[in-house]
Amino acid sequence: MSMAAEERNIRAPWALTAPALMLFVGVLLIPLAMTVMLSFHDWGQYKGIEPVFILKNWHEIATDPYYAEMFWRTFRIAILTTLLTALLGAPEAYILNRMDGRWKSFFLLVILGPLLISVVARTLGWALLFGGNNGLVNKLLMSLGVMRSPIPFMFTETGMVVALAHVMMPFMVLSVWAALQRLDPQIENAAMSLGAGPVTIIRRIIMPQIMPGVLSGAIIVFSLSASAFATPAIIGGRRLKVAATLAYDEFLNTLNWPLGAAVATLLLVALVLIVVGSNALIERRYAEVFR
Amino acid sequence: MAYLELDRVAKQFGAQTVVDDFSLSVGKGEFISFLGPSGCGKTTTLQMIAGFLDPSRGAIRLEGKDLTAIHPAKRGLGIVFQSYALFPHMTAAENVAFGLEMRNVPRAEKAERVRAALAMVGLAGFEERHPRRMSGGQQQRVALARALVIKPSVLLLDEPLSNLDAKLREEMQIELRQIQRTIGTTTILVTHDQNEAMSLSDRIVVMSQGKIEQIGTPQETYERPASAFVSQFLGKTNDFAGTIDRTVAPTQLVAGSWRAPAPAGLGGPVTVSIRPERIGFGDTGLSAKIITRIFQGNHWLFQCDSECGPAIVIRQNDGKAQPAEGDAVRLTWRPEDMSVRARAGA
Repeated sequence: MSMAAEERNIRAPWALTAPALMLFVGVLLIPLAMTVMLSFHDWGQYKGIEPVFILKNWHEIATDPYYAEMFWRTFRIAILTTLLTALLGAPEAYILNRMDGRWKSFFLLVILGPLLISVVARTLGWALLFGGNNGLVNKLLMSLGVMRSPIPFMFTETGMVVALAHVMMPFMVLSVWAALQRLDPQIENAAMSLGAGPVTIIRRIIMPQIMPGVLSGAIIVFSLSASAFATPAIIGGRRLKVAATLAYDEFLNTLNWPLGAAVATLLLVALVLIVVGSNALIERRYAEVFR
Repeated sequence: MAYLELDRVAKQFGAQTVVDDFSLSVGKGEFISFLGPSGCGKTTTLQMIAGFLDPSRGAIRLEGKDLTAIHPAKRGLGIVFQSYALFPHMTAAENVAFGLEMRNVPRAEKAERVRAALAMVGLAGFEERHPRRMSGGQQQRVALARALVIKPSVLLLDEPLSNLDAKLREEMQIELRQIQRTIGTTTILVTHDQNEAMSLSDRIVVMSQGKIEQIGTPQETYERPASAFVSQFLGKTNDFAGTIDRTVAPTQLVAGSWRAPAPAGLGGPVTVSIRPERIGFGDTGLSAKIITRIFQGNHWLFQCDSECGPAIVIRQNDGKAQPAEGDAVRLTWRPEDMSVRARAGA
């Protein structure tokens, strides 16, 4: 190969990826860098944003227990949501996988269908059912005399976890479903022929093999739940804030952009560390299944 | 007495009959092959023995006991699947030990049996290897060890060698036969490969469209095929249209200009089947012209155009001169080398 051709070969990938790369840099990297920089700026009620380099916002987040509580709540909700989707989603995917062809595609559609509807609409659905005295379910239960006061759902962490789990469920089901597709169709028969009962087959043969699917689904659900905005905003509102709604409030209500930027940056860094860390752990633990 | 007995077993899926009227007696220690093209019902039959499918009709008995009443997990059969179906998250030793664990075999005995089973299939030292880090042949051996370690009453092999390349397949055939001879486990092999069935089994069950075409030793099925299907499926064969001429005494079987005394019990139009390697070139017989001559090392393959249609002749390369392409020849064979069937539809 001539030198010129070789040089062309080196340049070609760069030239071909340039448009996408520029878009990536323009709409993601630059705003991200600006947000990080913003978090070091100063802000005052009357002076607005001052482009200086100080650690005031970071110091405030680190020392004020209000922020610690906020982040702890964010991750607590994300973890509980992840657990709930895993506990319901994994069996759901397994049952789905064992269904007959026609039912399988129908129920797959039922599970994936909600993805076509906006998160806001789906969350508002919960608010319609359980929102205070006017919620449909609450009205029904109270008129039947089952309950005296409405079920505490709105502005509670439980409500937020339930609504988030509902929104995130398709991601978990899809992820476990993908893992189930990799299973040898004869593997259950093989275990059965060796004398294993149904519970043993699920516990010893199926579970370990779909675990990578459950865990990668968990990473998706966890990171989406921890950074979710619409559902916490509707269910929790101003009363029960999480990191994302907090950053939003700092930006748009308090107008303290630098503090909001610091909250957003911290959330991003924490999420990246958690996701990358658990991903590495999973890949090492399940190296044999992933191959 | 038969060890494993299938009595008029049938399986239907909806209106479709996949296996019909399947009766077979397997002796203890016998190696049986179910041979047939895909979709002939051989795997379905195997799955009914294994218990993954329930027969629609008929009975399956093991040592006189009704096998269909026993849950598949309790049947104690060893099965090697086409895909091997190894547990990818367990090591080779853990895979083999699984069946023993389910039987609560004590730890020390379990370890010893796992070691012995892996050694038997030539995998000593591979105990800690995971299946996905093993070659196809090694995975296949683990699957065999896993099936045999539980000392199964019957070993079921579902096309176990079809995923291996030709050379490895041949090696595994020899090894499989040796292992089976050594431990004497009654074995049923499902295959679509006639060479595999012939080289491994004591008896072959040739199946087509859910029905048994013939049950016999490899030699019987090859040399005395019971039907046109069997003769076509087991190796190459020549079918010539002939007639039995009763106007002369003794009655004669005539195919073109080839004639021989007619076998008893048949009359009218017949089909004469002769294996290509049993046909020779002579001074009398079916006149034919050689179209192509192919040299294949240890033998010559001739494609001829005979007065009874196309014919294939295989001659061993014994160093003698062979006719060339375009030569007019006479095809001849010994009457005992052919099988004669009444010709249907004529």
